Amino acid sequence: MGGAGGREPILAVNNLEVAYGAGIVVLRGASLRVETGTIVALLGANGAGKTTLLRGVSGLLPTHRGEVVGGTVMLAGERIERMAAPNIVRRGLAQVMEGRRIFAELTVDENLRAGAYTRRDRGEVHRTYELVMSMFPVLERRRQQQAGYLSGGEQQMLAIGRALMASPRLLLLDEPSLGLAPLIVQQIRDIIVQINSTGTSVLLVEQNATMALSIAHHGYVMQNGRIMKEGPAEELLADEEIREFYLGVGEAGRRSFRDLKVRRRHRWSA
Amino acid sequence: MTKFLELCVQGIATGAQYALVALGFVIIYRATGVINFAQAGFVVLGAYLAYDFHITLGVPFYPALALAMLAGALIGVIVEATVLRRLVGQPPFVVIMITIGVLTIIEQIVPTIWGANPLPLGDPWGVKSKKVGDIVLRVSDLWTIGIVFGVVVLFFLFFRYTKFGVAMRATAVDLEAALAQGISVRGVVAVSWAIAGMVAALAGVTLAGGGAGVRPDIELVAFAAFPAIILGGLDSPGGAVVGGLIIGLAQSLTAGYQPEYASWLGQGFNLVMPYFVMIIVLMVRPYGLFGQRQVRRA
Ligand SMILES: Nc1ncnc2c1ncn2[C@@H]1O[C@H](COP(=O)(O)OP(=O)(O)OP(=O)(O)O)[C@@H](O)[C@H]1O
Ligand SMILES: [Mg+2]
Repeated sequence: MGGAGGREPILAVNNLEVAYGAGIVVLRGASLRVETGTIVALLGANGAGKTTLLRGVSGLLPTHRGEVVGGTVMLAGERIERMAAPNIVRRGLAQVMEGRRIFAELTVDENLRAGAYTRRDRGEVHRTYELVMSMFPVLERRRQQQAGYLSGGEQQMLAIGRALMASPRLLLLDEPSLGLAPLIVQQIRDIIVQINSTGTSVLLVEQNATMALSIAHHGYVMQNGRIMKEGPAEELLADEEIREFYLGVGEAGRRSFRDLKVRRRHRWSA
Repeated sequence: MTKFLELCVQGIATGAQYALVALGFVIIYRATGVINFAQAGFVVLGAYLAYDFHITLGVPFYPALALAMLAGALIGVIVEATVLRRLVGQPPFVVIMITIGVLTIIEQIVPTIWGANPLPLGDPWGVKSKKVGDIVLRVSDLWTIGIVFGVVVLFFLFFRYTKFGVAMRATAVDLEAALAQGISVRGVVAVSWAIAGMVAALAGVTLAGGGAGVRPDIELVAFAAFPAIILGGLDSPGGAVVGGLIIGLAQSLTAGYQPEYASWLGQGFNLVMPYFVMIIVLMVRPYGLFGQRQVRRA
């Protein structure tokens, strides 16, 4: 459905180069496109630079002392690679961050209101709110509850709901299935499809390649800060290398990745 | 019983003042991780500005109080924009030293402009008192309690029910996630400093009222709010209020009863009492009564 040559892509990342701190170069000229209305999967091993690419798109690099040192990011034709995050949100981009990052001490409702921060029209915000509630009945029952007490799956739903409150044109999702039971992963998958069916474009970063490629139109594989492979999702699903690398990873291997990740996050946030 | 009730009201009034000062600290700490020692200087400046608006310029007292609070807000914003914003990413120790530097500058400026002698605030409360049954209450205490209570309720409503208030709390929980929602963290920081300057000015005026006069050493009273902050938990506004009240009450009850029942503790034990209460609470609850997080970003 996407790829219609004439229309402008909702997102075009061209030769993006990103460095952290004094000069740790992490992205070395990464390029990808999200055609308007499509789901694009971004795959890659731990440390490949997927989260960094999302930060470069959403303007969150400065909080990590990161910087775009080359290349461009175009959101619906407008350059945003050096724009401040709030301005990017206002232009229609929302992000579900890795690790959910819900506001634990706030209630579910307050989390959702924070997600609508950039919007002015109360009536429209209320309509989105109703929509989010109908998508996530679990949240409806816990509206006044502190978000920190939700289960992992519920927190992920809240993180997605919060991003939807901005009524984005493009939604970035960073490993939404991480650490969740298969049944919940199924639900999240269905929700992403549902979100996309209402016209929102999606850039989905995943370790769970089967899940991501099963709903994506197009896929990219990242390695060492570069895009190594790209193609229609069906092609990637059939690709020998990818099958071996992603679809062959055993549960044990994935768990150890997760431990590593938790440890790393603690180090940075200390 | 009469004496006890009188001491309680005095204690609550003192505690309300501590609570205000503590709130200012906590709000800035939550938004930025900065422990702002200049807060005590803002308290002093607020009292002198109210004096200038009311006595020097002849503005009626309550409008003058409101103007002093606005000016306090402005001072907070200016200090943040000119000094603190440049220090983002510096080690906490450096930032603390700089806020102490700002305090020192204020300490130098105040006597230069207004002199070192106490000035009359000209508040309508004066040294008047009111009899309720047998109990004699100072009018200034009653007003202090009333105004502080009103302001604290307003702030809590603001944090709970307004969009910007929710955004401020979200930023305190997770700055990056707040940015990702489009919340302007810079705006949140500026408003935090404005609120801190505002409550500091109010605290300064209540400290100078009731016949105490506008004096540079109001600052010392402001520092006495420190045990209240530690007691309540550095990151908890509710804790600041409760901690302030506990310390205020402990202090006034000690002043009232200790010379009679425990004179062996010596004179002026009420001044030590806040620290005593603080240490005991910290032994039981290391992060204060309401404190949650141990480590926060600097
Ligand atoms: N704030 C930072 N400062 C320095 N280096 C960083 C920072 N964030 C990430 N990196 C480094 O950049 C590289 C890419 O990290 P990134 O988090 O983008 O990878 P990722 O593909 O999202 O990995 P994962 O699947 O584990 O989430 C890694 O080598 C990481 O150590
Ligand atoms: Mg990542």
